[in-house]
Amino acid sequence: MITFQDVSKTYAQGGHPALSGVSLSVKAGEVFGVIGASGAGKSTLIRLINGLETPSAGQVIVDGDDVAALGVAGLRALRRRVGMIFQHFNLLSGKTVAQNVAFPLKLAGRPAAEVKARTAELLERVGLSAHAGKYPAQLSGGQKQRVGIARALATNPKVLLCDEATSALDPETTEQILDLIAGLNRELGLTIVLITHEMDVVRRVCDRVAVLDAGRVVEEGAVEEVFLHPASDTARRFVREAEGDVTAAPGVGGRVVRLTFKGEATYKPVLGEVARATGVDYSILGGRIHRLRETPYGQLTLALTGGDVAAAIAQFQAAGVRVDALSGETAQ
Amino acid sequence: MSASTMTFANVDWSEIGQATLDTLAMLGGSMVLTVAVGLPLGVILFLTGKGQMLENRLANGTLSLLVNILRSVPFVILLIVMIPLTVALVGTSLGVAGAIPPLVAGAAPFFARLVETALREVDKGVIEASFAMGAKRRQVVLGALLPEALPGLVAAATVTAVALVSYTAMAGVVGAGGLGDLAIRFGYQRFQTDVMVVTVVLMLVLVQVLQMIGDAVVRKVSRR
Repeated sequence: MITFQDVSKTYAQGGHPALSGVSLSVKAGEVFGVIGASGAGKSTLIRLINGLETPSAGQVIVDGDDVAALGVAGLRALRRRVGMIFQHFNLLSGKTVAQNVAFPLKLAGRPAAEVKARTAELLERVGLSAHAGKYPAQLSGGQKQRVGIARALATNPKVLLCDEATSALDPETTEQILDLIAGLNRELGLTIVLITHEMDVVRRVCDRVAVLDAGRVVEEGAVEEVFLHPASDTARRFVREAEGDVTAAPGVGGRVVRLTFKGEATYKPVLGEVARATGVDYSILGGRIHRLRETPYGQLTLALTGGDVAAAIAQFQAAGVRVDALSGETAQ
Repeated sequence: MSASTMTFANVDWSEIGQATLDTLAMLGGSMVLTVAVGLPLGVILFLTGKGQMLENRLANGTLSLLVNILRSVPFVILLIVMIPLTVALVGTSLGVAGAIPPLVAGAAPFFARLVETALREVDKGVIEASFAMGAKRRQVVLGALLPEALPGLVAAATVTAVALVSYTAMAGVVGAGGLGDLAIRFGYQRFQTDVMVVTVVLMLVLVQVLQMIGDAVVRKVSRR
């Protein structure tokens, strides 16, 4: 659906490039996340998809079209097939909720009756039918983003671009908006590209993720892989931010390991069984059970002491649990 | 004549009435033309500015210079310098008709700058979002930029209208008629303080009313 071929972007003001040599491909119907710190080039990357920015080198192919080669009319047609939502919503403050949602339809010159029917349908989908006559200033952040989503969907796009769409929202609202986005992907088969600086957002909704650092893709893969076994320093940093850093706990004795349970193994009483069988004691330093989209997973950081630590690790592995050593043998 | 014994003996109320109507006619006519000239000028100044959608240094620099020249000439001088042009445009340099060209020449550049400033206040994200929805430039300007700037534009028009009230008074110097003309000819030159007081009070009321209307409209169109 979307392909980046060796794309670079350097702004006229000079300085180092915003993006250099980025190659990516986003499949139709997937939720693709791009994570990076501020200044990593995420905003530029997402704006290349709908031609708000043009590449300095390389090609961006969206839905079969080379974005940079499209004429003015072609670009407008593409933008109707690619919806976009924003961190700060970017609603028209002087227009009502309904007028905001109707705006892209009016721009496209659709007949009034169709605009009215489609607007009502979209407001229904995002749960804002009761607020159609309100102005954006009268809405909460979450409601504003729902208006943004309804507006982005107005022209029946195939692709939805989410530019830090939940970064201005509180955690609870973030969850609701992410659910809504995931639902659009499921029900409408919408291809979604979202950029974020929060690993948690990626974990909740993305199928695949690219990690961007200083304009380069340093890691790319299934969210599960990148999240549970990050290979790059940048990815590890994001995961640590999301999970909390437990390895640095001072005064911890024994061998510190991180166990990763996935799928069925998540809910089995593996820990107790292994502890009884091998005689190790464990102190729990941190852990959580979560879902990566629909797959449950648990991660537990333990300090193992006493008993047969090596056997315990072998038994964990035999039970389908991945074991990562976070610190080597320490004084027993 | 001291204020305590003021009798308004010198005040010819029918002349005051006529002068008020003349002032209102000058104000109304020049305001309409000021908006008609200044609004497009302000929009072009904004759009050709740095980083905007029609960025053009030459056009922007030229227009900006023109606006600055007109704004830097004191209005009294502009009134006199423009007399030949005024005669060419409306056939006379006197009366209400003769006052309107210099009033517009004085106020339109001022209004254009205020328009430019109001447009700069519009959230860039809204403009970007409009483009992302597939809007043409014209649709972005007419459908998003100007409506979003509406409260600022109304406030700019109010400030301009108030400035025009004082400009119309100055236009009295070159025989434009109106309240300012009365104030100068009777209140100042003939020491008729009562005429001066009446004209000043009327202009004060006019300014006050304009400001109140402007503020009310800004409140009405402001949805923030």
